[in-house]
Amino acid sequence: MTNTLFINGKECEYTNEPNLLEVIRNNGFSVPTFCYRPDLTQYGACRMCVVEIEGRGIQSSCTMPPEPGLKIHTNTEKTRRIRKIVLELLLANHDRECTTCDKSGKCELQKYAQEYGINDIRFAKKKPQDYLPIDNSNPSIVRDPNKCILCGACVRACAEFQGHSVLGFANRGSKTVVQPMAGRALGSVDCVFCGQCQAVCPTGALTIKTDIDRVWDLINDKNKKTAVQMAPSVRVALGEEFGLKPGENVIGKFNAALRQLGFDLVFDTNFSADLTIMEEATEFIERLTKGENLPLFTSCCPAWVRYLETQHPDLLNHLSSCKSPQGMLSPVIKAVVPKYFEDYTEENLYVVSIMPCTAKKAEAVRGQLYSNGRAQTDVVLTTQEIARMLKSAGINLATITPEANDSPFGQYTGAATIFGASGGVAEAAVRTAYEFVTHESLENIDFKPLRGVDKAHRAKEAEIDIKGTKVKVRVVSTLKEAEKSIRELKEGKADFQLLEVMACPGGCVNGGGQPRSCDNSQIKEERAQGLYKEDSELPFRKSHTNPDIIKLYEEFLEKPNSHKAHELLHTTYSDMFKNSYRDLV
Amino acid sequence: MSTQTSGGINFKKVNDIIDSCGAKKSNLIAILQKVQDEFKYLPQDAITYIGTKIDGLSPATVYGVATFYAQFSLEPKGKYEIKCCDGTACHVRGSMPVYTYLMQRFNLKEGKYTSDDGMFSVETVSCLGACGLAPVVVINGKVYPQMTSDAIKIIIDTIVAQENEG
Ligand code: SF4
Ligand code: SF4
Ligand code: SF4
Ligand code: FES
Ligand code: FES
Repeated sequence: MTNTLFINGKECEYTNEPNLLEVIRNNGFSVPTFCYRPDLTQYGACRMCVVEIEGRGIQSSCTMPPEPGLKIHTNTEKTRRIRKIVLELLLANHDRECTTCDKSGKCELQKYAQEYGINDIRFAKKKPQDYLPIDNSNPSIVRDPNKCILCGACVRACAEFQGHSVLGFANRGSKTVVQPMAGRALGSVDCVFCGQCQAVCPTGALTIKTDIDRVWDLINDKNKKTAVQMAPSVRVALGEEFGLKPGENVIGKFNAALRQLGFDLVFDTNFSADLTIMEEATEFIERLTKGENLPLFTSCCPAWVRYLETQHPDLLNHLSSCKSPQGMLSPVIKAVVPKYFEDYTEENLYVVSIMPCTAKKAEAVRGQLYSNGRAQTDVVLTTQEIARMLKSAGINLATITPEANDSPFGQYTGAATIFGASGGVAEAAVRTAYEFVTHESLENIDFKPLRGVDKAHRAKEAEIDIKGTKVKVRVVSTLKEAEKSIRELKEGKADFQLLEVMACPGGCVNGGGQPRSCDNSQIKEERAQGLYKEDSELPFRKSHTNPDIIKLYEEFLEKPNSHKAHELLHTTYSDMFKNSYRDLV
Repeated sequence: MSTQTSGGINFKKVNDIIDSCGAKKSNLIAILQKVQDEFKYLPQDAITYIGTKIDGLSPATVYGVATFYAQFSLEPKGKYEIKCCDGTACHVRGSMPVYTYLMQRFNLKEGKYTSDDGMFSVETVSCLGACGLAPVVVINGKVYPQMTSDAIKIIIDTIVAQENEG
């Protein structure tokens, strides 16, 4: 149903917007916000979004539902004054070293302070001796409490996405802080490193732990060879940093840009996504045949893996033994490239991966993924970090001429590219498992019920008939949804055989390392559409039909789940219950 | 901020309290009150236990509630519990110099109200109903009237001397 109200004198339509703020934005007006995030519950704390409503006075637009006929003014003297005071008060208490702040240029506090022309702060500045220490203990995220404006977005993200509430408010009044339990280090609590708290933080209080300098060191070292790989969802998001539309696939340009940056070999994690499917589909069929360790849990998402290891180690037998695509490609590169290229040895070859994900930084240094005392993925950069590197090198992704990536892992299928969206791994696995079992070609390979990355699609199911055997597939994103499936399983009520879990809402397209999109829910959907579009256009759409995959098995890996494959592509997990919070209970 | 856990608490007691109140988010305040009655303060491990055990809560969330309400103490009280009245009458008659003396003497600051040796804890309270004797200090229930920083020094010295003897 369509209703109308008035914004700044203009008659505007609205339908089912949950609050005035969305109505205002959908009609092309804008009001500033700090605490409002469309995918989280409304909190109404910061008062930046105030508007003046005739007959109702000042209201925060993010918490007020629209009503027909309201006469709203978004930019009055009063609203401007309130916003300026909010900004001044926040800035008085803030560590204002902007130039050295990781969020500089993307910080909402900085942006509004600039827009509202705050050039003088009447309140006393916080003294340096009152600054709290910066917490560097987490492998993925840095917490600087001196930059926190108490908007509570991170608290809500951890609670509402991950059901985990690692961060919380503490104390009261002017002593209020947002912190892990009792101010403990973020690296010593049950954080799963998903980075969603950081992704919604408006300021530099939570930022990605950067590894850019380590990559420059590798590139600049003449004695080192560098190979780079990038995850499926990076290609449909990176362009945003260079003014392109969300969902626009920049893979060719990205290949070219990475070469210009100085990487010796440019590969694609999509290749190892296909490899994952070869191994995981085979594993799935084996478990189905034996009726063992079902449902099978996917293992691509390191935040999910850590969640199981710390919270539910009794279920680790369900987890696929497959490494993640990042974890698979690095050792394959190190083992195979020296056979094809002169001057490359396992020792002088370094692999950098570009991920949408902050948790992959922690995954890369898992002891189980070491070989000969060395991490196989040497450095992990997020989408945001590689964008920054490209910019600092003066490379404009938008205008560069596309190039292909390097052999021998050059080709990938549509099944691989959809890994980046929640449901993609399951869909890809089913495409291959079906054909492995039946030896018949699967005609309709679009599993629409498994698609969708918005809030309404955090849990999805599909039933597939594999020649008389009915297989039920469950797909969830966010650990809060995963926990529900785990409870069903523990209560003996789980009727599904395959469980795909991605910790980020909507999957890796919305990962904690992607370009900032927390004030627009549409962006992750556009990125996902970009992936499904590429899938529909690729010549090969099932992982086992990828000619380079077939060749790799022929020449090197023998067959899926072979001894060699196990050595390079599979891993183990450890029970980390001890010292987790649940250990107490 | 402290990073230590306060180890060695009896989780069975905490668990019994949770069971008796009902393991529900909405019962949190009641649970915290009973745990505080039991231990005389809220040990960090008890907070962690409650936050992990009850659905919809977390250690960080329960810690937030425990630090929001003034009725909860996150520190064990000292052997000598010193209450410094800072009601209007006492304040006007000079309770702050007494309080400041105590905080300095025991090396205390905002957020740390119990001395390192666990002997003394200091807190301010509002009017004790003895305004005629202002400023008033109460140590383990005993009322000391018309305090000054010199007077309180003598009282503390006496307690310390007694303790040292035996
Ligand atoms: S990284 Fe994820 S799990 Fe850790 S505090 Fe942030 S939202 Fe919570
Ligand atoms: S850390 Fe960031 S998101 Fe969390 S309350 Fe502070 S400013 Fe808000
Ligand atoms: S869903 Fe993807 S981006 Fe998010 S934590 Fe898991 S692997 Fe990383
Ligand atoms: S109060 Fe509306 S955005 Fe914070
Ligand atoms: S104000 Fe101290 S006893 Fe009344």
